[in-house]
Amino acid sequence: METLEHILLQPFRSIAETPMFFLEVLIGGLMSGVMYALVALGFVLIFKASGVFNFAQGAMVLFAALFFVGFLELGWPVWLAVAGSVVVMVALAFAIERVVLRPLVNQPPIILFMATIGITFFLDGFGQTIWGSDVRRLDVGIPTTPLIVGDLYINQFDLFAAVICGLLVTVLALFFQFTPTGRALRAVADDHQAAMSVGIPLNVIWTIVWSVAGLVGLVAGVMWGSKLGVQFNLSLIALKALPVLILGGFTSVPGAIVGGLLVGAGEKVAEVFWGPLVGGAVEDWFAYVLALLFLLVRPQGLFGERIIERV
Amino acid sequence: MTTAATDLRLDSRQAATGRRQRRIGGVLLAVENVSLRFGGVQALSGVSFDVRQGEIRAIIGPNGAGKSSMLNVINGFYQPQEGSFVWKGERLARMRPHLAATLGIARTFQNIALFKGMTTLDNIMTGRILKMRASFLEQALWWGRARREELAHRAFVERIIDFLEIQHIRHTPVGKLPYGLQKRVELARALAMEPELLLLDEPMAGMNLEEKEDMCRFILDVNEEFGTTVVLIEHDMGVVMDISDRVVVLDYGKLLADGTPDEVRNDPRVIEAYLGLVHD
Repeated sequence: METLEHILLQPFRSIAETPMFFLEVLIGGLMSGVMYALVALGFVLIFKASGVFNFAQGAMVLFAALFFVGFLELGWPVWLAVAGSVVVMVALAFAIERVVLRPLVNQPPIILFMATIGITFFLDGFGQTIWGSDVRRLDVGIPTTPLIVGDLYINQFDLFAAVICGLLVTVLALFFQFTPTGRALRAVADDHQAAMSVGIPLNVIWTIVWSVAGLVGLVAGVMWGSKLGVQFNLSLIALKALPVLILGGFTSVPGAIVGGLLVGAGEKVAEVFWGPLVGGAVEDWFAYVLALLFLLVRPQGLFGERIIERV
Repeated sequence: MTTAATDLRLDSRQAATGRRQRRIGGVLLAVENVSLRFGGVQALSGVSFDVRQGEIRAIIGPNGAGKSSMLNVINGFYQPQEGSFVWKGERLARMRPHLAATLGIARTFQNIALFKGMTTLDNIMTGRILKMRASFLEQALWWGRARREELAHRAFVERIIDFLEIQHIRHTPVGKLPYGLQKRVELARALAMEPELLLLDEPMAGMNLEEKEDMCRFILDVNEEFGTTVVLIEHDMGVVMDISDRVVVLDYGKLLADGTPDEVRNDPRVIEAYLGLVHD
């Protein structure tokens, strides 16, 4: 009885007693959720346009960040480093389309998925062969001092990340839903053969999508790299994107955002208010348990396209 | 044959006689000496035939005769080891799906290949993709040409929707539609491309009589009103003999016969290949 009270009532009581503190935790959580969403977004783009779950998205984040930080260390100004990294990511998209995707047209999705695992190993190895495997500090001049609004402390860096991410998502969502190219992208995701039969050039579409996913990866890499340092661990944040995708739905750009916010806010609040009851570390598993529950109740996610089975 | 089936045949025959004034032009597409192998399997060997502007051309043959392979060769999904094409008098060594679509060849599939998660309207709109001229940037900003174009294409697509009588399912995701309607949406998407040559792979397979009747009428109307050339694969001999102008018969990847329905029907080799299908 006492345990139940501890779990079910006590945390809510402390939330009610310290509303400002709760709000701070919530905002902090939402903002780190935006960072998860940024990674998840890369997955969604490629999944929407080719029906392929791109295992390599995490590796692309690391790869982009390595080049960016590498260029900065060569003494390049920030704008040139950005341009250079963009060129690298677009070139990578061309290479992947030419070498990996084109020979595998019309293969079942599982084959393409396996191919992206191969790409992961290649990118992890290749990036670190060129730039080494040390942890590098990345500072692009985003202020990290807290912003004080009334009684609230808000991390300026997180706020900045949230704004960037919000912009990116709005543009992408509108583009996918309302333009002919967006429609073509969705068509390719649905059925390769049919898309080809109406004259959609598959190769062009794939190159576009992988380029955009690479650019989103670059943004995510720079943001996460500034926060954690650029290191091999960056490719593992892709794992956190998985529960985000399951919550939001693999095919929905807005879903990636909402999923990211839910996971970010949920795990922070759970950690702070429920964590002490079980000795902490709730943050590490909260997202996965939430994803598991979602799989049972709503496997297509919050915003995913309904899985339609006709029998 | 049931009475309804006989009616169907009468209906389409009347339509067929009404169509006799149609203008059948010169050769639109000639397929020359096409051979296609998959490893050790010879799917097509040395097949040649032509399709004239404005006609309805049927390809028939027993299962595994290479009919679908032939369509896949024509629209560039399969690359034959030998053979070439002549499109409007111009020789093409290779055909690619994108090139085929650009030339004005549209198709439907035996096992329905629609974009299942998208609505009927969006599916048909994909057929307009090659007609869109606005640049990537204009689209992104929904500005100038992009806006005007989208509206014009939407209007065109609405005409097709009216024509095929699928207004009521405009906003339904096609994955939810029954089979017969999905086939119709697929035809609509092909028509949205304003094709010169329409390839139909078993457009009536698995349909009930009423649906078959509708589909027959649509094919004849398309051919008559838009002058679209049609190549179709079909197993229902009644339908084939009634609506087509000329028939190609394939058997084991080889050309067995080529001629008007009457000629083909009475060809002893065709009768032998079908053994009982024709004299039922």
